[in-house]
Amino acid sequence: MSPTNRTVVVTGIGATTPLGGDAASTWEGLIAGKSGVKPLEQDWAAEQAVRIAAQIAVEPTEVIPRPQARKLDRSAQFALIAAQEAWKDAGFEAKAGDDVSVDPDRLGAVIASGIGGVTTLLDQYDVLKEKGVRRVSPHTVPMLMPNSPSANVGLLVGARAGVHTPVSACASGAEAIGYAIEMIRTGRADVVVAGGTEAAIHPLPIAAFGNMMAMSKNNDDPQGASRPYDTGRDGFVLGEGAGVVVLESAEHAAERGARVYAEAVGQGISADAHDIVQPEPEGRGIAHALRNLLDRTDLDPAEIVHVNAHATSTPAGDVAELKALRHVFGDDTDHMAVSATKSMTGHLLGGAGGVETVATVLALYHRVAPPTINVENLDPEAEANADIVRGEARKLPVEGRIAALNDSFGFGGHNVVLAFRTV
Amino acid sequence: MAATQEEIVAGLAEIVNEIAGIPVEDVQLDKSFTDDLDVDSLSMVEVVVAAEERFDVKIPDDDVKDLKTVGDATNYILKNQD
Repeated sequence: MSPTNRTVVVTGIGATTPLGGDAASTWEGLIAGKSGVKPLEQDWAAEQAVRIAAQIAVEPTEVIPRPQARKLDRSAQFALIAAQEAWKDAGFEAKAGDDVSVDPDRLGAVIASGIGGVTTLLDQYDVLKEKGVRRVSPHTVPMLMPNSPSANVGLLVGARAGVHTPVSACASGAEAIGYAIEMIRTGRADVVVAGGTEAAIHPLPIAAFGNMMAMSKNNDDPQGASRPYDTGRDGFVLGEGAGVVVLESAEHAAERGARVYAEAVGQGISADAHDIVQPEPEGRGIAHALRNLLDRTDLDPAEIVHVNAHATSTPAGDVAELKALRHVFGDDTDHMAVSATKSMTGHLLGGAGGVETVATVLALYHRVAPPTINVENLDPEAEANADIVRGEARKLPVEGRIAALNDSFGFGGHNVVLAFRTV
Repeated sequence: MAATQEEIVAGLAEIVNEIAGIPVEDVQLDKSFTDDLDVDSLSMVEVVVAAEERFDVKIPDDDVKDLKTVGDATNYILKNQD
């Protein structure tokens, strides 16, 4: 294999989500069909039209010592917790260099966020207005900058091959992982810690998304509010948290005897060039991304048995994605178990691609597809185009090589499809 | 009423504990903020702002670089408090 087309594998996973404080408890929640959505009980929530969110299961300050936590935006706290778990899970004992099995010059970090340190920015603006200039925290800039999660994860593991932060709204986490795959495939790095994080549960983003009519206002039924593919879906439920994976060249993983969860086959990327927020209704941009994936990798549609869909529970977006799958894969779509895990985790925006990559990789590893919950009346357009895993988890083929896709799309018309495969 | 040396050290100890997580009993006159108490340059700004409020004193940015130890800060506050 040429040095610029190396095989990439996943050797570590980590997450902190509305379903659990680590990847194992998150996976358990997903397979059990558990909803992480809760009412917002903060004082500011009373006047909001949207009073529900998928809030983190384990507060990061229970994990990160206070002196360190107070210098980190919540989005960076999530990223560090997930990255630390993924790093240890990959079998690394210490930061690169101290752990001699990874060379810091060959280690990268790519962690994305859709909005970055928005709560820090807004909280410090409150401090400025209420208490004056002198009281604004000197940590504000390194806390709010969108590259703060990636930079802090880079410091945690000692990454010197490059630390990056792609930003593409709700596709950011997936774009980060795609970028990391390319870093390894093309020889820039041997190991990359990659994923997405988001912490945007704050009155301003909630008011703003609410006024866009993008979010569910089903305040009376928090756990039933995120209902992708159901005819009664009325918008997404905001979630928070992070999902991170350790990607590694297959050769490097083999040399150190690492456990391999799955092969990271590659990515397909496109842009809609349609509208700043509305998805292209026929899924043409998404189809273009899927075709790019097939053109640029050796992925065979016959081996794809599972799709972790972007499906956020919005009327237009959910169906456009399924039309694209049908358009590109034709009858092969029939053997793809499509799951919308946002029905349980809510929509983690830039964190979604990270958490859903963890879910996709574990679905392959355990050969089981998590369910889509809350589908009481399946949208006929969804039913016509794809096989939705409803209600309960579903076993995937127990033998042979199987592959799965993780789709992520973002405001701005960004489409990112990642493909993984059993080894 | 002006604070005594003892009160200032105790106050700085509480501030350093809050910001850097160092036990209050470890914050003593001879300790360096950076080398002994895990207070980096940005956190030092926080220590200064908290001390200004607590002891009703102004510590201009230009003077902060001279406050290397808890003793330096205590003496500065003793001399400059209103």
